[in-house]
Amino acid sequence: MAYVTDRKRAAGLGSAKTGTEHLWHMQITSVLLLVLVPLFLIAVGPVVGESYEAVTAHFARPFPALATALGLIVALNHFRYGVQVLIEDYTDGATRKFLIIAMIGVSYGTMATGLYALARLAI
Amino acid sequence: MVQFTLPKNSTIRTGKTWPKPEGAKNVRKFQIYRWNPEDGQNPRVDTYFVDMDTCGPMVLDALIKIKNEIDPTLTFRRSCREGICGSCAMNIDGINTLACIYGMDEIKGNVKIYPLPHMPVVKDLIPDLTHFYAQHASIMPWLETKTNTPEKEWKQSIEDRKKLDGLYECVMCASCSTSCPSYWWNGDRYLGPAALLHAYRWIIDSRDEATGERLDELEDPFKLYRCHTIMNCAKTCPKGLNPARAIAEIKKMMVERHV
Repeated sequence: MAYVTDRKRAAGLGSAKTGTEHLWHMQITSVLLLVLVPLFLIAVGPVVGESYEAVTAHFARPFPALATALGLIVALNHFRYGVQVLIEDYTDGATRKFLIIAMIGVSYGTMATGLYALARLAI
Repeated sequence: MVQFTLPKNSTIRTGKTWPKPEGAKNVRKFQIYRWNPEDGQNPRVDTYFVDMDTCGPMVLDALIKIKNEIDPTLTFRRSCREGICGSCAMNIDGINTLACIYGMDEIKGNVKIYPLPHMPVVKDLIPDLTHFYAQHASIMPWLETKTNTPEKEWKQSIEDRKKLDGLYECVMCASCSTSCPSYWWNGDRYLGPAALLHAYRWIIDSRDEATGERLDELEDPFKLYRCHTIMNCAKTCPKGLNPARAIAEIKKMMVERHV
């Protein structure tokens, strides 16, 4: 049992003076995805079910490659911010820190893999 | 942290069924959560039958009748019995509300009464609101000024006074905070809808001179940003207030001073 006043317990470690950047970045990526998701569908839609050669030729063109790259970067940033909120909501302590690190790793790893694949197709 | 199951010593068991009032024709069944910290037993749900022909229309009337005429050990808070003091907040028929202004005609079937959810229970229908009140105190719920106190009063225009409507009416009953999943899982750090509504009430008060400091104190991933606009707070508020809107306004002000 710790002799801590109710007021001290409520104050905790005080304000982190952060959090607004997180909200603002979520809002930015949300708005960008409103544009990028339709663009991505327009860019990728025509080659769904096409042959390997047709797909590689399609992604060698600037519009599909750029739309896909931008979609990938923004969507995974949005995912990173969103899942961090989810982890903070439902976990605590060391688990919280581990999951946040792992989730950021997965986000950037997926982003790098996608961009590399696109570069291989485009160049 | 999230917790989907009750600890073993908190699981609720079936309790005592009290006899029906003799000769009563209009009887209603009440199922009420009971827990006594002194008997070492698990919580239970007791069943009472109330003669509605000799009972007032509100849930609190029935609780007082049960305490007076059937079971004097039933424990609950109540004071003003008109929705001003906020003492009798409890979970009635699945909704956090004030027993004194919640009519029994609004409930279909049996009346099920539990304490406010996800709070430590002191006894029966009484939740421990110590942390909730300490969080309220932490947002400095008073006028902060730096200018010398005027000879008469701090003046406020009619338009600025109107901005406080929908905020000052909060009676701190804790119905909103205890209906919020974010407060359930992170109530130790998240201030909750009630404290944040009060924070906003002082932030937009035209007479208050500590707006920046107040926003500084709230800028935190847990104190403020656990709110995900779930809206349970607005849905359950027995005074018809909208804490979610107040929180959204605070967030807008936060972004405003960053961008």
